[in-house]
Amino acid sequence: MTERPTHTARPTHTEYHPRWLRPHMSTYWWLKRWAHLSFILRELSSVFVAWFVVYFLMLVRAVNTGAANYEQFLDWSARPAILLVNLVALAFVTLHAVTWFNLAPKAMVVRLRGERVPALLIAGSNYLAWAVVSAGVAWLLLAG
Amino acid sequence: MPDTIKMQVARYRPEQEADLTFEEYEVPCPPDWVVLDGLNYIKDQLDGTLSFRWSCRMGICGSCGMTVNGEPKLTCATFLADYGEGPVRLEPLTNFPVVRDLVVEVTDFMEKLTSVKPWIVREAEKPLSEGEYLQTPEELEAYKQYSMCINCLLCYAACPIYGLEPDFIGPAAIALAQRYNLDSRDEGAAERMDVLSEHAGIWGCTFVGECTRVCPKNVDPAGAIQRYKLTAALETVKAFVMPWSSR
Repeated sequence: MTERPTHTARPTHTEYHPRWLRPHMSTYWWLKRWAHLSFILRELSSVFVAWFVVYFLMLVRAVNTGAANYEQFLDWSARPAILLVNLVALAFVTLHAVTWFNLAPKAMVVRLRGERVPALLIAGSNYLAWAVVSAGVAWLLLAG
Repeated sequence: MPDTIKMQVARYRPEQEADLTFEEYEVPCPPDWVVLDGLNYIKDQLDGTLSFRWSCRMGICGSCGMTVNGEPKLTCATFLADYGEGPVRLEPLTNFPVVRDLVVEVTDFMEKLTSVKPWIVREAEKPLSEGEYLQTPEELEAYKQYSMCINCLLCYAACPIYGLEPDFIGPAAIALAQRYNLDSRDEGAAERMDVLSEHAGIWGCTFVGECTRVCPKNVDPAGAIQRYKLTAALETVKAFVMPWSSR
């Protein structure tokens, strides 16, 4: 009688357990589909959100340390390179906000009188709140 | 419409190959033939050595999921005629080890599925004399969408996160956990939260959204995960603010 092979917890290649093929993901998997590329861009947008937080803290520090420092900060901000970084950051932060607002109906299931509130209404209320807050901020800045 | 169509089928025979190779077959293409019909024609008429899984032919069993021209699809619900002149390129589902040809190894999913207890958990069963557990249509509606999952694994094949982080519990297992969490008869939400709220659970998902796009049963696993993130976050806040009320 032949001896049966001993099976380990994770067998590799035995007579009764053929070798599996384990395809590897390419490093550039995210370039092959628009859905994956847009996902990576959305993930990348977090870096620019962080940049705006840093920029805001630098502004607060400049305001806090006197008029000369504030003027210096404004001059630095007006440099073409910084302007460009902020424009790119604005585009990415907008992408970040839009994708979050579009996500809201997925996460929030609101029921009114037994009926599920349509996704468009939930996303729309987020956009409306965004517009109202933006208008408020614009009024605050421009009216002053 | 052409009478025949070319099918390029991935082959992996572990005893003779170290990687996928492709073989081309010409199969009839009547308007009512699905990709699975083409595969069965190959198996019966052209090459009996081809291996693939199938069973019901009607989008219920979830066995015949494969990659068709780069997209995860149920081959019983994908018409050959939709690929025009062809060719139709068939590969095994991505993100899973390949056992042979178009057959993938799914033990990882089965273990993950069991870990979220996809059944009704009761603290105590009521006696038979008290009758069945009744539900209103609204209570049924709360989870019905998630109960449509057929474990076809197209969502896992579409999920790059599962490909990159094999520990990720994955879309279908989370959607099925939600199916029971939202069931009015179930009392196992707290037990499932231990598994789901870990990093490899819901927080592993970065909402690519492809799982929902490829789902043939409109289960919306991405939605299930995002909903559960909200639930888990609220539970954490609740446990922090009112420690006496948690669990």
